Amino acid sequence: MGKTGLVCFGQAAFFGLGAYATVLLSKDVDQPLVMYLLPASIGVAALYALFVGALSLRTKGVYFIMVTLAFAQMAYYVIHDTPLGGGTDGIYLYVKPSLPGALMLDNSVRFYWFTVVVLFAVLGLLGLITRSRFGRALVGIKLNEQRMKATGYNSYFYQLAAFVISGAIAGLAGFMFAVKDGYVNPELLSWHQSGAVLIMIILGGLGYLRGALIGAFAFALLEEIFRSEAIFGTFSKHWHLGLGLTIILCVALLPKGLIGIPEILRNQLMGQSASDLDAVKIEKIPQASTVQSVREP
Amino acid sequence: MNTAHLSSEVLMRGQNLRRAWGGIIAVNDVSIELKKGQIHAVIGTNGAGKSTLINLLSGEIPLSAGRVELLGQDVTQWSQHQRAQAGLGKSYQRNTIFNELTVLENCRLSAQSRFQQVWKFWQDGQSCQTTLDAALFVIRKTGLESIMYRIAGEISHGQKRQLEVAMCLATQPKILLLDEPLAGMGADETDRMLNFLSSIKSEHAILLVEHDMDAVFKVADVITVMVNGFVIAYGSAAEVKETPAVKIAYLGEEA
Repeated sequence: MGKTGLVCFGQAAFFGLGAYATVLLSKDVDQPLVMYLLPASIGVAALYALFVGALSLRTKGVYFIMVTLAFAQMAYYVIHDTPLGGGTDGIYLYVKPSLPGALMLDNSVRFYWFTVVVLFAVLGLLGLITRSRFGRALVGIKLNEQRMKATGYNSYFYQLAAFVISGAIAGLAGFMFAVKDGYVNPELLSWHQSGAVLIMIILGGLGYLRGALIGAFAFALLEEIFRSEAIFGTFSKHWHLGLGLTIILCVALLPKGLIGIPEILRNQLMGQSASDLDAVKIEKIPQASTVQSVREP
Repeated sequence: MNTAHLSSEVLMRGQNLRRAWGGIIAVNDVSIELKKGQIHAVIGTNGAGKSTLINLLSGEIPLSAGRVELLGQDVTQWSQHQRAQAGLGKSYQRNTIFNELTVLENCRLSAQSRFQQVWKFWQDGQSCQTTLDAALFVIRKTGLESIMYRIAGEISHGQKRQLEVAMCLATQPKILLLDEPLAGMGADETDRMLNFLSSIKSEHAILLVEHDMDAVFKVADVITVMVNGFVIAYGSAAEVKETPAVKIAYLGEEA
């Protein structure tokens, strides 16, 4: 995450661990309960984030990116190569968990509404955190860590807390994914997933919660369009190419992401050049998008 | 009441401070005492180790040897933010304000370090009354009211230097370490800043690292002169001016 400007290239590990925790913990249970599985998957992801964050936050910049990637790959190979997680075959979740009041999540409409509730709860929470004193301090650390330390802020603690929150939400997304698909495999932890999360955020617009949301929708939608044989026929086999080209075009033409479009239109209509005054806040909240991506069919 | 009466209370003490970068000794066996009610100036040629000294006191750079005491406590092993929490304020030679935020928010965020309360995630940080009050207090004190809603990156250089000091004060420090607060200021602004420092010194111990000799001789109660990491003279302005070693090494006169 990072209102902190920290780019984490290991979000998939927390996502995957959340998903695996959900499935493994409901293996020997007759009727798994959301009430237990949800906090458990969040907890597992948060704990791993605490471990990874505590070590990787000792580094900065590109080294931080690489270290988080390394830890994610480590988790990937543990799941991939040990019998713990069923190896490359993955594991199935046979019984869908139920909400309190015996509401089963096996019905896709009900699950859809559950997802919507979770999504808005997470967005609301992140919105609150962003404007709280904690969030303001994170902005300060991103803008000028030296000053924040001299002022008496323990920047390491703040960044670690942000990192753990981010990991926890990725774990929540993992839980949602496991419940939706009823199947987990090691690919959930692969670095492609981490990359997809970063692309969603950049596509939507860095620095804004709604940017991550829009980016996730757009990414999932583009992927579906390019994969659909009805539109592209045989070319749909090469959907990666179409998706990639579109993303490159978007980044080249929309430096502020999709949420920058209204501003560009406004400036065009008023005949102004793009204003350079606004402070570009680099805020990244990939979890919101990961939660969202669960809904992609 | 003159400063002699107040000068008894030592708020910060550095003993035999030493910092070596490989073979180069930037600060060599320097001892310094900062007393409440005093402006203690450190002067010296470029590379004399003044900034390193300040960074050793603030905890930004670890010591090679020596001991730092803050309000009677041994803080040698404390990190920078712990020392700041204990009442040590620092301003930097280069502006370290938050250019993207308003002047008010710059001060508020600094004041917030006293009331971090990270768990209150439901509360809007920017409209938190305690920290706003503290911020407004220093803004009035430093005379930045008229520009408090401007974006800090757009105010003039002199105002930025003032803001830097205001942010430092917002944390309610007992000791101020000011690294060249006058750098790049015009004559009027310099005078205003010096008057301001004199007006707050009764409540604080101030360490002033400065290049501007006239300014230093005007406000400093005590002056330490450093050359090549060593202290070569110490005393009042008049005493230091008359020290032969200072004349040779620093003021460029043959004794």
